[in-house]
Amino acid sequence: MLVELGHYALILALLLAGAQAFFGLAGPKLGSERWLAVVPSAACGQFVFVALAVGVLVHAFIGNDFSVHYVAENSNSALPLFYRVTAMWGAHEGSMLLWILVLTLWTMALVARSHTMPPAFAARALGILGLISFFFLLFTLATSNPFLRLIPAPPDGNDLNPVLQDPAFAVHPPILYMGYVGFSVSFALACAAMIEGRRDNLWAQWMRPWTVMAWAFLACGIALGSWWAYYELGWGGFWFWDPVENASFMPWLIGTALIHSLAVTDKRGLFKSWTLLLAVTAFSLSLIGTFLVRSGVLVSVHSFAADPSRGLFILALLVVMIGGALALYAWRAPLMKSAVGFDFISRESFLLFNNILLTIAAAVVFGGTLAPMIADTLGLGTLSVGPPYFNPSFLVPILPMLALVALGMHARWRRGGLGEARRPVLLALGVALILGLALSLGVYAHPLKLTPVGAVIGIWIILSSLIDPIDRLRRGLRLPASVAGMSIAHIGLGIFVLGITFVQSNTIERDIALKPGESAELGAYKFLYQGGQDIVGPNYEGFRGTVSITRNGVPVSVLYPEKRRYWVQGTVQTTAAIAPAFNRDLLAALGEDVGAGAWSLRLQYRPLIRFVWIGALIMAIGGVTAVIGRRRAQPLPDGATLPLGAALPSAGSLPGGAAPAPRRGRAR
Amino acid sequence: MTPRRRRLYWVLGILAGVGLAGGLALRAFQQNVMFYFDPSRIAAGEVRPGQRFRLGGMVEKGSLQRTPGSLEVRFVVTDFRHQVPVHYANVLPDLFREGAGVVAHGRLDANGTFIADEVLAKHDEKYMPPEVARSLAAGQSASATPGQLATPGQVITPVQVR
Repeated sequence: MLVELGHYALILALLLAGAQAFFGLAGPKLGSERWLAVVPSAACGQFVFVALAVGVLVHAFIGNDFSVHYVAENSNSALPLFYRVTAMWGAHEGSMLLWILVLTLWTMALVARSHTMPPAFAARALGILGLISFFFLLFTLATSNPFLRLIPAPPDGNDLNPVLQDPAFAVHPPILYMGYVGFSVSFALACAAMIEGRRDNLWAQWMRPWTVMAWAFLACGIALGSWWAYYELGWGGFWFWDPVENASFMPWLIGTALIHSLAVTDKRGLFKSWTLLLAVTAFSLSLIGTFLVRSGVLVSVHSFAADPSRGLFILALLVVMIGGALALYAWRAPLMKSAVGFDFISRESFLLFNNILLTIAAAVVFGGTLAPMIADTLGLGTLSVGPPYFNPSFLVPILPMLALVALGMHARWRRGGLGEARRPVLLALGVALILGLALSLGVYAHPLKLTPVGAVIGIWIILSSLIDPIDRLRRGLRLPASVAGMSIAHIGLGIFVLGITFVQSNTIERDIALKPGESAELGAYKFLYQGGQDIVGPNYEGFRGTVSITRNGVPVSVLYPEKRRYWVQGTVQTTAAIAPAFNRDLLAALGEDVGAGAWSLRLQYRPLIRFVWIGALIMAIGGVTAVIGRRRAQPLPDGATLPLGAALPSAGSLPGGAAPAPRRGRAR
Repeated sequence: MTPRRRRLYWVLGILAGVGLAGGLALRAFQQNVMFYFDPSRIAAGEVRPGQRFRLGGMVEKGSLQRTPGSLEVRFVVTDFRHQVPVHYANVLPDLFREGAGVVAHGRLDANGTFIADEVLAKHDEKYMPPEVARSLAAGQSASATPGQLATPGQVITPVQVR
């Protein structure tokens, strides 16, 4: 009965999304104030009903209600409670529901902040979000309903895929979705600006915090996914250029470009139409990503659906949404002209290069991801594109982009040159050259050709990001949140670059068969296989090996890699054991019993791999710092603290909401 | 320099950059793309000598041989019409089984043995790569050999009640 209520709640949410779209888009043109007033209410109602539906589904999972088809497919009574909850998004239907829940969360956030924009503009943006939500709810109800019954109910369920029985899986999909669904807000604001044909650049100011937040979530989500794949899939790789990884990475690249071009549009009123196009593209890529993952057109660990009707529906949706937005763009972009110019070596041109190179990088990934599909459709044969294509092609645009970061962040707006930052930047380059070469030729010997380049660029970016904060601190000036955020994010980028550089060039991997008492050497580390024993877990049985590691005779760690066999699905799974440290990871994974008392083992040494994820996390922290700091810096009426949901009726009529006085005073 | 002229230079510069990047990407693409072949197409001589490619099919039952105490394995990949012997000397993936679908990357040696450097079976039990499913289906209908074949996405077909 409760399950039917969940289904019903989802239908009500669909109707409310329709109302939100209609009154939001038609209201400002045709209707009265009362039409506009419907929009936030419809959005809130939609959120409540979607949340209700999610609650009902989670309840069905917790209560082991196997009369629900989706629960029977993805859960089991032996599954621990925690994973019964996360199993809600363990397959296609539930993850679509999660997608919608996240969309309504973002919608609610926009409702809460809509007083900072003119009412008509906010209504239009909410209308666009309602339209997206409407299509996705329709899609879920029509092709992927998680509330379908299974009669007669089986005695027990089919279990959650063991790969997904992991704590990281509890947070990875929601955070990733917060990221790529978050670009829907930028998309909606861009569409609203185009519908209104705004000639000002206030919309850029409104769009900035939303884009940065979505981008930060996406960075965290991608990093989490990479970390999860690293330890859970048991092979030690952290990035496979898998279509689904690419699907989240492309919007992130374009999102990064968007953040930077928004800075130019906001501060200088330039690049307006380009910024709008990027906002449309970022969300379009999120939609295409959803299509790639959900339609099952691509082979991947993530594509659990292979239903053509779903693919066709999403394809139609893609055509409508993206085609509509691009048509709007073609119609309105000519209005968005900017008359001011800038010098060749100015902040603007550095950001332009950043944008061009990031867009090319995204295009390279896009091409490689879609090529197999296109070739297959055109009958050119079945082909696959892997790291041998992606790694070098991606570096071609990204390396120059990275090399320009350290300079670009100190370039002055409009006028040419670096100004007074010139000397410290060059000093930083000198230090980076010495440190980078020492690191790549001394500490980590036998590098690849590009290793010193990566090391120097990484260190240079970090040092260069520190110049501004140190300078301000020395002179006793306040550090504005926007500068702090930018510096933190760029430091994160530098750390990330260092991590990738050394993990790519100095990793040692060995697959080897060892008998108890035998050992293998990886660089300075010696892995000794001491044998193993049979084990039994809550819903699996298996074998646990013992591998002790010494470095130059000094004990470092003891690892217990496992091979598990999950009872319900009979799936065999490798659980790798990892000894993490600040500067390196050591990994041991069990292969199989190869006879004669020996087991096959996969042993790995990966230097600085933690830098990759920590770097991504720091980038995200930088983004959040800038957004939160900006909000704090805005003066509040009567000194009162502004609660998140408090809509001030008077502020709605002010252009740009609260006066953005202090943070704009950063003239360099 | 007039603004117009300057814009022209900008556009030309950007076009050159994009062209260069595109050219390099295409080159990398052509050199590094891997084609897929099943045993029948290999038997038809479609593979160039020394070409690295993806081999797909089913691991023939009873064909798996190990050298005890070492990583070396030999098995036969079949599409029910033709067979290709495979040699591999690394850790096999968890889902590798006789009678299950498999994809391997590598090259053919002079004797027609496929020397694999990577064996993939990272799909879950229910799922089979579409190209492998196609090869097996074609092979099965041609030779009418009954084999245990998991079609993609086919699980339990329950009665669905709205």
